[in-house]
Amino acid sequence: MAKQRGNTKPATSSVGSKTLVQFYRDMLLIRRFEERAGQLYGMGLIGGFCHLYIGQEAVVVGLQACAKPGDSVITSYRDHGHMLACGMDPKGVMAELTGRIGGYSRGKGGSMHMFSREKGFYGGHGIVGAQVPIGTGLAFAHKYKNDGGLSFSYFGDGAANQGQIYESFNMAGLWKLPAIYVIENNKYGMGTSVQRASASPDLHKRGEPFGLRTMTVDGMSVMAVYEAGREATEYVRAGHGPVLMEVNTYRYRGHSMSDPAKYRTKEELQKMREQFDPIDRLRALLVEMKAVDEEGFKAIDKEIKDIVTAAAEFSQTSPEPDPSELWTDVLVDAA
Amino acid sequence: MTIQILMPALSPTMTEGKLAKWLVKEGDKVSSGKILAEIETDKATMELEAVDEGTIGKLLVSEGAEAIPVNQPIAVLLEGDEKVSAIKTAPAAAASPMVAKTEPAAAVAAPIAASSAPEKEYSSFKTQTVREALRDAMAEEMRRDQNVFLMGEEVAEYQGAYKISQGLLDEFGAKRVIDTPITEHGFAGLSVGAAFGGLRPIVEFMTFNFAMQAIDHIINSAAKTLYMSGGQMGCPVVFRGPNGAAARVGAQHSQCYASWYAHIPGLKVLAPWSAADAKGLLKAAIRDPNPVIFLENEILYGQSFQVPDSDDFVLPIGKAKIEREGSHVTIVAFSIMVGKALQAAEALAKEGIEAEVINLRSIRPLDTETIIRSIQKTNRCVTVEEGWATSGIGCEIGARIMEQAFDDLDAPVLRVAGKDVPMPYAANLEAMALPQITDIISAAKAVCYR
Repeated sequence: MAKQRGNTKPATSSVGSKTLVQFYRDMLLIRRFEERAGQLYGMGLIGGFCHLYIGQEAVVVGLQACAKPGDSVITSYRDHGHMLACGMDPKGVMAELTGRIGGYSRGKGGSMHMFSREKGFYGGHGIVGAQVPIGTGLAFAHKYKNDGGLSFSYFGDGAANQGQIYESFNMAGLWKLPAIYVIENNKYGMGTSVQRASASPDLHKRGEPFGLRTMTVDGMSVMAVYEAGREATEYVRAGHGPVLMEVNTYRYRGHSMSDPAKYRTKEELQKMREQFDPIDRLRALLVEMKAVDEEGFKAIDKEIKDIVTAAAEFSQTSPEPDPSELWTDVLVDAA
Repeated sequence: MTIQILMPALSPTMTEGKLAKWLVKEGDKVSSGKILAEIETDKATMELEAVDEGTIGKLLVSEGAEAIPVNQPIAVLLEGDEKVSAIKTAPAAAASPMVAKTEPAAAVAAPIAASSAPEKEYSSFKTQTVREALRDAMAEEMRRDQNVFLMGEEVAEYQGAYKISQGLLDEFGAKRVIDTPITEHGFAGLSVGAAFGGLRPIVEFMTFNFAMQAIDHIINSAAKTLYMSGGQMGCPVVFRGPNGAAARVGAQHSQCYASWYAHIPGLKVLAPWSAADAKGLLKAAIRDPNPVIFLENEILYGQSFQVPDSDDFVLPIGKAKIEREGSHVTIVAFSIMVGKALQAAEALAKEGIEAEVINLRSIRPLDTETIIRSIQKTNRCVTVEEGWATSGIGCEIGARIMEQAFDDLDAPVLRVAGKDVPMPYAANLEAMALPQITDIISAAKAVCYR
C-alpha cells in the first residue's frame, strides 16, 4: 500500500515561502468566493444546484501548482474551486452562477457547467463520473499530438464506484496515457459514507489492477498535495503512464445547498475544522516561519475580499442573456 | 443416396460468397468435422466443415468462383460405396431449412442502383459497395486531416467487424486506427475528450445497439457541451455503425435509433441509403464541427451503387434527395427503406400510380422544404421507417406536414413502420415485424383512395 503523504509533519524545505504565500492566497480566494456564493444563493441570486468546495481547497491548489501551461483539467459539478485554481476570472465564474451574460458560459451553463479553453479547463460536469472518460480523452489528445501536456481528472469518492471510471483506467493503463486521476475523497458521496458505499474503502488500490501508479495523500495539507503532485506529474511527463491519487479531504458544507448534512455528527465536522483546516494550518506555518506578519495577512485578506466583492457585484450588474441567446451555441456553423 | 453440399450462409446477412479454396479433391474420403473449403464472405474468410461422412464425388464449383448464392450446391458427397455415376446432374432445388422462405429483409433484393439518379454535377462514376464507399470516405478524410482518427472494437487488426475499415490500419498505422477494449461507455467518453482536445475522432460502434451503453456521453457530453459552454466547446466527433435490423439477430440487436438521436438538439443525424450517400455524407460528417450520428445499415453494406469518381465528393448535410419523381403520392423514406420504397414505386407504376420517392439522407436537420414541395405536388404522403411508429420519424414528418401544408393534403399522412413489438427471431415473425414492399404499396394506394 502506498504510504500516505503528509501524515508526518510537512517538510517545508522543498517549498519556498513565496510559494506557500501564494498557496495561502489561492486557498483563501476559493474559501471566500464560496462563502459569498453561499450568501448569494441564500439571497435567491443563484438558482438550482450549487456545490461548495469549502474545506477541500488544498487539493486543487496544491495540484494545480504542479500544472504547466497547456495541461488540461476536468472535474465534477463541485467545480468553482478548480476554476479559480486554473486562473479563471472570479467575475466570470460568479456571473455564471447568477446566470448572467458575463458568465463563462454566457449564463447558459450554471454552477456545474463552466469551461475555459484558454485556461485548459474542460468543465464542470453534472453527470457523476462522466468527466473521467472525457479527461482520459484529453490525455489521449495530448499523447496523439505529442504536445507534452497531461490531463488532471478530478472526481469524488462517490464517483469512484461508477463503472466508466474503470473503463477509463483500463484504456489509460493500456495506452499509457498522460493522465492524472484524482479522487477527492471527502468521505461522503452526497449523504452516503465511503464505508457504506464501497466494498473496499481503499479507493487508491483500484488503480493497481490497471497498472496505474497509485498514491494516497493528506488533502488537508497543501504542501503534502503539492509534493505528491510534483511526483505524479514528473512520473506522467516522463511517459510512464497514468497515476491515481486518492486525496483525503473533507467538505464542511452539505453536498449541495439544500443538504442539511444530518448523516454526520457536529463533532466530526468541528474536529475537522478546528484541527485540520488547510488554510489555518498553512497560516500557522507561515506565522511560525515568520514569512507573513499580521499586516501581511491583513493585506492578503483585503485583496481577496476586494476580488470577491467585485465578482459578486459584477454577477449582479451583468445583464441576463439576451433572448436571442436562447438559440445560439446549439451547433457550430459548418464552414 | 448422394448428399449435396450447399453454399452455407456464414453470417446473418450473407447472401452469396466466394469459394476461395478447396481443401479436398474428388475421391477424398472425409469424416464429419473435416475442413472442406475456405469460403470468403463479405466480412471474413470462413472454413466450411463436413457434416457427413463419405467420399467427395464431385466438386461442382471451381476454386476462386465468386458470387455463389447461398444454398447453391457446391459439391456432392458419396455415401458408403456409392459410385460417381450415382450423381444426378440436376441439382436439388429444394431450399435448405437454414434460410427463411419469407423475404429476408431485402437482402436478396436486386440492386436498385439503376433507378438512383447519380449526383448530377459529377461526370465520372464508379460502381462501389456501400462498404467500400464508407472505407474510402474515411481514408480520404484521414489523408486530408492528420487529426482524424478511427477507434472502435475490431477496427484495426481484424479490419472491422463488418470489414468497413479494411486496409486502414495498413495505410494509417496503429496511432490512427485504434482497436479499443469492449468498453463503449468508456471510449465514447474518451472520444468526446479527444474532440475537446482538438482531435476529430470517428467512433465505430459495432452496432448502434451497443451505443446504448454510451448514450450518456453522446447526449450529455457530446451534444450539450457546446451550449453549456456558451459556444466554447465544440465537439467534432462522428459516431457511426450499423443501425436497425440485420437479419435474424433478435430484439437486442435489431433496433432503429433514428428517432432517439433525432430528438436531441446539438446532434446531427444522418442515414445514408446508397453508396454515394454513404461516401458523400460520411465525408461531410467527418468535416462537420459538430457531433454527428451516422446510422448505417448492415444489409446495405454489400449492395453496389454508382458513386462519383472523385476524392472530393461531399454531400450537404440537411438535404434530402428525390430518388424518383412522381405526381400521385410522396413516399418519404431513409436508409434501407429507400430501396423498398423504390421497389414499391415500380410496382405502383404498373397500376398507374406514380410515386415520388424522397430519400431523407439527413434525419436531423430534416429537409422539410423538399418534403413540403413534394406534398404540394402530390397532395399525399406515406412515410416509411424500420423503427417503431410511436414517436418515430414518421410522426415528426406528419406533424410538420400538418403544420406547414395542411391545406395541400388530400388524404391523411400514413405511416409504414416497424410493428410495435421487440424484434422476433423466427423468420416469419421477423418479416411481419419489418415494413415490407407490400405494406408500402398498400399505404400508397390507401392515400390515393384506391
